[in-house]
Amino acid sequence: MMHQTWKKPNPYLVPGMQIRGKWNQNVYIIKRKLGEGAIGAVYLCETGRGRQAALKISDKGSSITTEVNVLKAMKQAQEKNLGPYLLDVDDWVKNQNERYSFYVMEYIQGESLPNFIKQKGSAWVGVFMLQLLDDLDKLHQSGWVFGDLKTENLLIAKSPARIRWIDVGGTTKVGRAIKEYTEFYDRGYWGLGSRRAEASYDLFSLVMVFLNIYYPKRFEKRKNTKQQLFRKIDAVRALQPYNDCFKKAVTGKYQSSAQMRREISAVIYKAQKSGEHTKGERIYAVESVGIFLVAIIYYLASVFLF
Amino acid sequence: MKKGTLKQILLITDGCSNKGEDPSAVAALAQEQGITVNVIGILDDDQTEEPMGLREVEDIALSGGGISQLVYKQLLSQTVQMVTKQAMTQTLQGVVNSELKEILGSDQTMEDLDPEKRGEIMEVVEDMGETSDLEVLVLIDTSASMQDKLPTVKEALIDLSLSLNARIGRNRFCIYQFPGKRNKDIQKVFDWSPKLDSVSTIFPKLTSGGITPTGPAIKEAIYQFGKKNLLRRFRRNDAPDVEEA
Repeated sequence: MMHQTWKKPNPYLVPGMQIRGKWNQNVYIIKRKLGEGAIGAVYLCETGRGRQAALKISDKGSSITTEVNVLKAMKQAQEKNLGPYLLDVDDWVKNQNERYSFYVMEYIQGESLPNFIKQKGSAWVGVFMLQLLDDLDKLHQSGWVFGDLKTENLLIAKSPARIRWIDVGGTTKVGRAIKEYTEFYDRGYWGLGSRRAEASYDLFSLVMVFLNIYYPKRFEKRKNTKQQLFRKIDAVRALQPYNDCFKKAVTGKYQSSAQMRREISAVIYKAQKSGEHTKGERIYAVESVGIFLVAIIYYLASVFLF
Repeated sequence: MKKGTLKQILLITDGCSNKGEDPSAVAALAQEQGITVNVIGILDDDQTEEPMGLREVEDIALSGGGISQLVYKQLLSQTVQMVTKQAMTQTLQGVVNSELKEILGSDQTMEDLDPEKRGEIMEVVEDMGETSDLEVLVLIDTSASMQDKLPTVKEALIDLSLSLNARIGRNRFCIYQFPGKRNKDIQKVFDWSPKLDSVSTIFPKLTSGGITPTGPAIKEAIYQFGKKNLLRRFRRNDAPDVEEA
């Protein structure tokens, strides 16, 4: 989340190193570093059974515990598609003075959302929007808000293409103060709402996630933020069908993800319908039917196969 | 456990102190009185190494039981709210740990419990952090070199009140600058208030001085906290929203 300037080094783990948990005595072999965030680093590792998994380790024990609590809550919600699956929680005692907390989770492989769209085309935008809104709705229904929803926390897993959450560290109970956020995706930064955890907080971030695909360098806020965001939304041709929905979402007009999801799918449906009737716009019709078909096929596939 | 008010001093500076007592010693004094001292050191954009002057930052926070962070001014907003929240968690964990010691015996802390139990306790700590009342006395270094950083500091403080006011618990903020006018070490620029939105008007008026009396400023801040609590005791009947620490 943040680029700290001089922070204490996390445990420096090198490939081949073995870590044994203090409590459960499971052994993990470190393969390589996957990433580093505000709280600790994530490594690809091999479990005792030879399976690949992701291991997050930090000297901030309390932050690890907080994240584990969120993952456990998601596990209890019985939604295997939300967050990565939690496998183990333990401490690693390096020596007398150094003790680190870690947890092991499912390793989700995939591609970033902007890369995927760049390669496969904007027809996929609607698919991932519907998937994401579905997942958010499930999360909100179980009393949580994602919080730090951003491009870096999402991954497109393959066959079938499915959007997945890889970092749930910002997930906050509904009604509380958002635990972790990133300015570009935070409606508080844009002066368009509070930092209280509500469904509408996530829906604002969702719009920014999709804008980020077309503004890879992001942009900074100007004086009239609402007008600025509206202009940025209007300027992206690929997002044209969703313009109105996006504008409603950034101004907090949706009370739930289900509500936004209904309107988004109505837009996709309408695009297909209008394509059938206006012969003058053949190219547009072909394009929108294509969008619709791809959207429906992959959406259905993702629903049935998971 | 009784719900209390967390008290913090947030010191924002870009250099080292050059007048009065050792700021670390004063910070230790603050901690003794239940006030946490957090320090944020602002770096200039072209600074790539840790400057000598900012060494002090970590020491003050360590002895003040708080959190320190060096940061470039672009990242100030996020840092201010993160430091404040982390310090709250740290304080509350300290409270929980001392309770645990009483129940479990001498050297037991949260880390000695298995992850399962720790998770349950962490939930309690989080609940407390969300619901406790918080008082933050912001202490801004207004020595000459800070002048170009003050607009960013203002933004960061407005942002801080946005973050904290999303909590269930109540907040109060006040702002002091140091050095003050007419050779005073510290000067009040914004009185206790639940929101910092109205802070915009006072910032252009902040003038800068040459010296950096960090130690005396923290000492004065502790006194201001004490004075406030004294006043509260008199006013308790008229102010039902105020709770005992």
